Amino acid sequence: PLGTGAFTEETGQEKQDAQEKGRAVPPERAEEAKLKAKYPNLGQKPGGSDFLMKRLQKGQKYFDSGDYNMAKAKMKNKQLPSAGPDKNLVTGDHIPTPQDLPQRKSSLVTSKLAG
Amino acid sequence: ADIISTVEFNCSGDLLATGDKGGRVVIFQREQETKSRPLSRGEYNVYSTFQSHEPEFDYLKSLEIEEKINKIRWLPQQNAAHFLLSTNDKTIKLWKISERDKRAEGYNLKDEDGRLREPFRVTELRVPTLKPMDLMVEASPRRTFANAHTYHINSISVNSDYATYLSADDLRINLWHLEVTNRSFNIVDIKPANMEELTEVITAAEFHPHECNTFVYSSSKGTIRLCDMRSAALCDRHSKFFEEPEDPSSRSFFSEIISSISDVKFSHSGRYMMTRDYLSVKVWDLNMENRPVETYQVHEYLRSKLCSLYENDCIFDKFECCWNGPDSTIMTGSYNNFFRTFERNAHRDTTLEASRESSKPRAILKPRKVCTTGKRKKDEITVDSLDFNKKILHTAWHPSENIIAVAATNNLYLFQEKVN
Repeated sequence: PLGTGAFTEETGQEKQDAQEKGRAVPPERAEEAKLKAKYPNLGQKPGGSDFLMKRLQKGQKYFDSGDYNMAKAKMKNKQLPSAGPDKNLVTGDHIPTPQDLPQRKSSLVTSKLAG
Repeated sequence: ADIISTVEFNCSGDLLATGDKGGRVVIFQREQETKSRPLSRGEYNVYSTFQSHEPEFDYLKSLEIEEKINKIRWLPQQNAAHFLLSTNDKTIKLWKISERDKRAEGYNLKDEDGRLREPFRVTELRVPTLKPMDLMVEASPRRTFANAHTYHINSISVNSDYATYLSADDLRINLWHLEVTNRSFNIVDIKPANMEELTEVITAAEFHPHECNTFVYSSSKGTIRLCDMRSAALCDRHSKFFEEPEDPSSRSFFSEIISSISDVKFSHSGRYMMTRDYLSVKVWDLNMENRPVETYQVHEYLRSKLCSLYENDCIFDKFECCWNGPDSTIMTGSYNNFFRTFERNAHRDTTLEASRESSKPRAILKPRKVCTTGKRKKDEITVDSLDFNKKILHTAWHPSENIIAVAATNNLYLFQEKVN
């Protein structure tokens, strides 16, 4: 005979409860109703094109390779121990050159240039 | 340590490889039993570590190619060296791991530290001799199989002919010869002419353990197709189609998502295959296509949490599953660092936890229980207190012994059956 494998105690209990209540809504449907209440504009086809297309194109998009390399460089800088911030401060002594200016605070890695 | 993304024992079980999100591979070797350290038998220690893949940039699509290792598969051992295939989203690499325990000494033109000797010091010709040295394990890339996948590789599988292997991405499956890197054959292509008509993607693929012409691939719609490479060069038409009929009255928004198969594994016998979908594990008899012969609920209590699991993306988590050597027990992971084993003949299932807090080394694991009714017993965990960030996606079972490897985020746990 073909067995259907082990059911844990918990599942059996839940089924009994549902039956006892009589016309209880199956849990999946109840969850679906919750989701639709939160997001009324959710598409009808969850496994449809849009969802799958998004899956096919996973990965962070950058504007171009320059954007990508800048983002990587920022990540590396973040991880380096920061030198004393006072070193870079230049106030009024002389006309500052780009090297003297304090480094721009590194932004999030996610590129804002990419869509 | 980085997040572990794949775990795999080699064919003898003496080596265990892990791949991580940072593109590194760490190989552990089982310690040999010695009289002086009888307790150390069964322990796995680091054998080799190497960087397999680096992050790359796809210039055409302006997308980053992650270095995360998606899968590792060992080749059967044919000589003193070990070979494995490791893959990220786009490129598969064949690595050779070899031991060196001798080195040559007494070169004529160089000193022992490699510096060139002064010519006037070379007064006689000597023959270098081999001297023993401390064991060194070297990993070297032997082949790079690149540029064959437009989409993201999810599976690799070595054929039983020991000469070819397949790689599968979301829409295509390619066949490679281990010696040839500049050509691969496309054997499955489910890309529709019009991408708007896309309804399903390939989620996993594996070669049959004995029949070198047979392989299966699973889909995001919960179906499995078995293909025979003898029937046609392009196996778009399956030989067998496995699908469990769905009860139309129970269909919901989540039905298709939770039916998506995240892993498919043939039994060692080759008679059965196992599939993992979000809530269950199913065992299929290859001779029966219309329904599985066994179904095991992994965490049925999550069915009433699908809404929040969809919102936090956990519903898309891809759990793997594995067989033990004799195919009598199957194992898969869950949340809260829990993993489950199902003994097929004894109809017994166990829930265990992989965490430092819950177990001390060499202590016996205590079975866990999730409470779904109102009354929580002592030691039980309620569904709401489960940690969904602690997911066990990758597990592996030693090919012949009861030793299991469980990856819990960035920690690797090894458990073995207590031997009295």
